[in-house]
Amino acid sequence: MFNFRLKRIIKLGIKSLWMHRLRSTLTALGIIFGVSSVIAMLAIGEGASREAQEKIAQMGSRNIIVKTVSPPEDDTQGGQTQMLKEYGLTYADADRFQNGIPNVQVIVPNRRLLREAYYRNRKASIEVVGTVPWYPEISQVRVQRGRFLTATDLHYKQGVCVVDEGVVRKMFAFDDPLGQDIKIGGDYYRIVGVSTEQAAASTSKGMNARDASGATKAAGANAGAIYIPLNTVKDRFGETRLQGDSSNAFAMEKVELEEIIVQVRNIDQVMGTRQTVQTLMTRFHKKNDYQIIVPLELMQQARDFQRIFTIVLGSIAAISLLVGGIGIMNIMMATVSERTQEIGIRRALGAKKRDIVVQFLSETLLLTLSGGVLGIFLGCLIPFLVSTYGEMRTVITTESLVLAFGISTAVGIIFGLYPAMRAANMDPIESLRHE
Amino acid sequence: MIQSQEPQGFEKDTAILAMHGLCKSYYLGGEELRVLRDINLTITSGEYVAIMGPSGSGKSTLLNLIGCLDRPTQGDYLLGGQSVLTLDDDQLSMIRGERIGFVFQSFKLIAQLNVVENIEIPMYYQGVSEDASARRARELATLVGLGDRMRHRPYELSGGQQQRVSIARALANDPLIILADEPTGNLDSTSGADILAILDRLHGEGKTLIVVTHDEQIATNAERIIHLFDGRIAKEEFNRK
Repeated sequence: MFNFRLKRIIKLGIKSLWMHRLRSTLTALGIIFGVSSVIAMLAIGEGASREAQEKIAQMGSRNIIVKTVSPPEDDTQGGQTQMLKEYGLTYADADRFQNGIPNVQVIVPNRRLLREAYYRNRKASIEVVGTVPWYPEISQVRVQRGRFLTATDLHYKQGVCVVDEGVVRKMFAFDDPLGQDIKIGGDYYRIVGVSTEQAAASTSKGMNARDASGATKAAGANAGAIYIPLNTVKDRFGETRLQGDSSNAFAMEKVELEEIIVQVRNIDQVMGTRQTVQTLMTRFHKKNDYQIIVPLELMQQARDFQRIFTIVLGSIAAISLLVGGIGIMNIMMATVSERTQEIGIRRALGAKKRDIVVQFLSETLLLTLSGGVLGIFLGCLIPFLVSTYGEMRTVITTESLVLAFGISTAVGIIFGLYPAMRAANMDPIESLRHE
Repeated sequence: MIQSQEPQGFEKDTAILAMHGLCKSYYLGGEELRVLRDINLTITSGEYVAIMGPSGSGKSTLLNLIGCLDRPTQGDYLLGGQSVLTLDDDQLSMIRGERIGFVFQSFKLIAQLNVVENIEIPMYYQGVSEDASARRARELATLVGLGDRMRHRPYELSGGQQQRVSIARALANDPLIILADEPTGNLDSTSGADILAILDRLHGEGKTLIVVTHDEQIATNAERIIHLFDGRIAKEEFNRK
């Protein structure tokens, strides 16, 4: 009984809406834009957050990264700068981490230098990473062809290197890089492997995950990196260099290591180990010449920020849905008063109040539901266009579709109910007389 | 819900409508306006009753009360042996749909529906299935002579044709009473005569008709004429044929 009723109610609703096509379309537009803006905004927000999270995940969620930073000038020397400024992480720090922290799985000490590299007549500014053979374990760097550095390379300070895709793109457009020699700072290095940085495993599912090529990668990664055994770098590049800023043209600085990456066994050991690292560092470094980065912490911050961002975007969009809902209510009020006589006729011919409510409510729901469906289409189209032409990543989640559709339905019921009730509560005699 | 008493269960000459001491008052600005006073009326199955009276005599109010569109202020009203005073809005709607067939002076057809769909409305609210109601609506349209106009919209029909649709609609649920309010009031004399012929025919088939009218012709066709004056039944006449 209910099923056959439903079919006829829908038929009747469509008929009434069809009578006023333009009006129905305009009314539904409010919902269409509301729903699509909810979806589009959430998709853009989600895309931005996922991008941030992936970037952080790329640093490794079980990693604690200790970086050398140039300490603030200390005034103990009476304003006179030292000729040789010695600061930053040392091999001793790495040993202390290795031996003093129980949860450590692996430690990677790195040197990071920016140098000019030459191959034939090509020249490029690249990042030289002096590292150890187990570097791939704690990073997303993977060997694509050839091999990574080995213990032998490290021990015998071999002049070998592994180049990443950035370098290949810049300098080996036509040649096979494997086996070639690349010149950095007066020395040649034989290329033994080509590496790639794989995307961090994403934990969330996306329907429309798109990567805008290159645009989002960090400038350093884009320029390309070349991995050379740590000991080789120590030997050939030394640890002292001219200080970076131009005001002290003759000042030298000495840095042993640019970073130490500590990886713990379990993700729940991260925060505890971070504490231990902090303690060790404050004990041995009186100058404030280091920085501890915990990707896990950053990820949580990013997530918190994302939540606020989503709420703000979502509420803006929800307001537009609300406006659409008010538009619908307005139209339905007009419709009800325009059809007063019809309501009277139906009541005289046996329609209960409930029948009238159902009739008008179903019209509103038809409007909002069809608006919702069209809004979902439009809402999926906008992020698609944004990521295609705007080089911005967008992710449409199922939740956002459900949310938008749910809100539009709720809007339909809430804003449709009042006009429908008003229609039903009209006095049949009065409304029959109404012309 | 109403205890279903099948309209078919009423023999000819049993009282299907009985009013005892019925009063209806409206309150306008705190002042009581007594529209109907002490109406006692019994109508038996198959009767053809005309209600006449000058305007303001309470004809329409009486019609609304008979049609269960309104409730009396005082008195008792039995329709088909059942008191309607205690019924709630839903039950009154049920009664209207099931036991009353309305024919209005200005037809009151729904403009966006065609002839068949208009006739179907009362059946829709009684839960008659789509097929059955469409079939019956087509039968009724043919019965009132609109067999070739079933897909027409009201505005494509003449006044007389519209009133025939309205009569067909009133017959849809096979009601106890057909209530007509000035059925020929908006029609020219030819169309009016057509409508009268249909009403006569329905009467001949044993339907109970109550017609509010100024039309002397209807009055002469009716078996009983009730004259209302100032909210009271002033006079009753019987036409012996």
